[in-house]
Amino acid sequence: MSASLIDAPLSSRVDTNDAFVVDVPAFSGPLDLLLSLIREEQLDIYDIPIARICEQFVLRIRTLGLNEAAEYLEMAARLLRIKAQMLLPRGDVETWDDPRAELVRRLLEYQQMREVVDVLERRGEERRNQFARAYLPQQPAPPQAPLALSLSELLSAVDRVLRTVSQPNMHEVIPRTLDIPGAILTIRSVLALRARIMWTEIVEKGAEPWQILSTLLGLLELAKLGELRVAQPKPFGNVEISRDVASEAA
Amino acid sequence: MTSLAKLLEAALFASARPIATDELASLDPDASGAELQSALDEIREHYDVEGHGVELVEIAGGWQILTRAEYTEAIERAQLAARPARLSGAALETLAIIAYRQPISRAEIEEIRGVTVGSLLKSLHERGLIDVVGRAEGLGRPLLYGTTPLFLEHFALRHLEELPRADELAIALRAPLRETDTAAVVATADAGGNE
Repeated sequence: MSASLIDAPLSSRVDTNDAFVVDVPAFSGPLDLLLSLIREEQLDIYDIPIARICEQFVLRIRTLGLNEAAEYLEMAARLLRIKAQMLLPRGDVETWDDPRAELVRRLLEYQQMREVVDVLERRGEERRNQFARAYLPQQPAPPQAPLALSLSELLSAVDRVLRTVSQPNMHEVIPRTLDIPGAILTIRSVLALRARIMWTEIVEKGAEPWQILSTLLGLLELAKLGELRVAQPKPFGNVEISRDVASEAA
Repeated sequence: MTSLAKLLEAALFASARPIATDELASLDPDASGAELQSALDEIREHYDVEGHGVELVEIAGGWQILTRAEYTEAIERAQLAARPARLSGAALETLAIIAYRQPISRAEIEEIRGVTVGSLLKSLHERGLIDVVGRAEGLGRPLLYGTTPLFLEHFALRHLEELPRADELAIALRAPLRETDTAAVVATADAGGNE
């Protein structure tokens, strides 16, 4: 589980580059939760009744829905292990290592850090309430020198501009519908005479764009119908059109 | 005000960031350290005694003119300036650990906080509050993090020593035991036993 940098009203949110992140505002980690349990129950941190605290911890992460967060689960597992170790016969009291010692050390360390957090929080809040001179991250572009010119200069400039704008070049667009059925008829009749023909042979030199387009679409239509095959041996090369042998046989 | 005080005031006004004492000294090579200090005191008293809306603050190893806290609400309400967002508890915890244990690796921070801090470190680094200060010798040579001057600025600290010393905290705690430390502790324990 990861936490956000700024203190916003947190529920759950989708991190941009991370997996789904669940923020729990009340606790900043398993140690925090554990410490607050110890405080709530008014327990002695140096002599934690481990069975009780373990039970409380597991109960709490379940009610808070934290039991899927790895860090809380890990702490739960750690508590269970300590609990198990406490149940083992102790043997010699002198050499017995308290299995809780490491946990106590971590809790104390964490609590010490929380004291520093309080200091930082207070100081940060003080500073937050004072403004420094606004920080300008980028140097703005130097302002343009003011224009110094007379009215006649301005008018002649406008005149120059107006003169350079010539009459708009009007272009009349004549709609020309494509003649695909005609092209299909042509291709069919050519292929009826010759089994193989090149693209350059069926498109006349100096053909209009609508004619070329009609031929192309007609060609593709026939290819789709399976009446002919189209092959281009190399990129940008000539296109070879041939009767489809299979459809002929059928 | 003396002319030196006026010069310093102008420089402090022009700068968006705190100006370090040696940077202030470069404004007037003839001025001695004592003269600079008395000029700074003069500005501060001028603001305090005559009741200005700004004050001179010693911060992050330098000096900065800041608005007085009592006017913050009004300035923010008029949308002339906005307070930065508060840092989250998790971010503060991480910063506290770095401030005390720097240079420190990510794994060591995670060990203390009991949670992963990868994305948090990235954000703190982006905000300029921490920086990579080196690499550890150990396996994988992990990056080591430390706080930046901006960290001091953010928390209105003159220097890191202004934070409470570890032994001043309610729970005084020894530094984490490393192998060399352990040897030292054992050695002192032996010495104590012999006496």
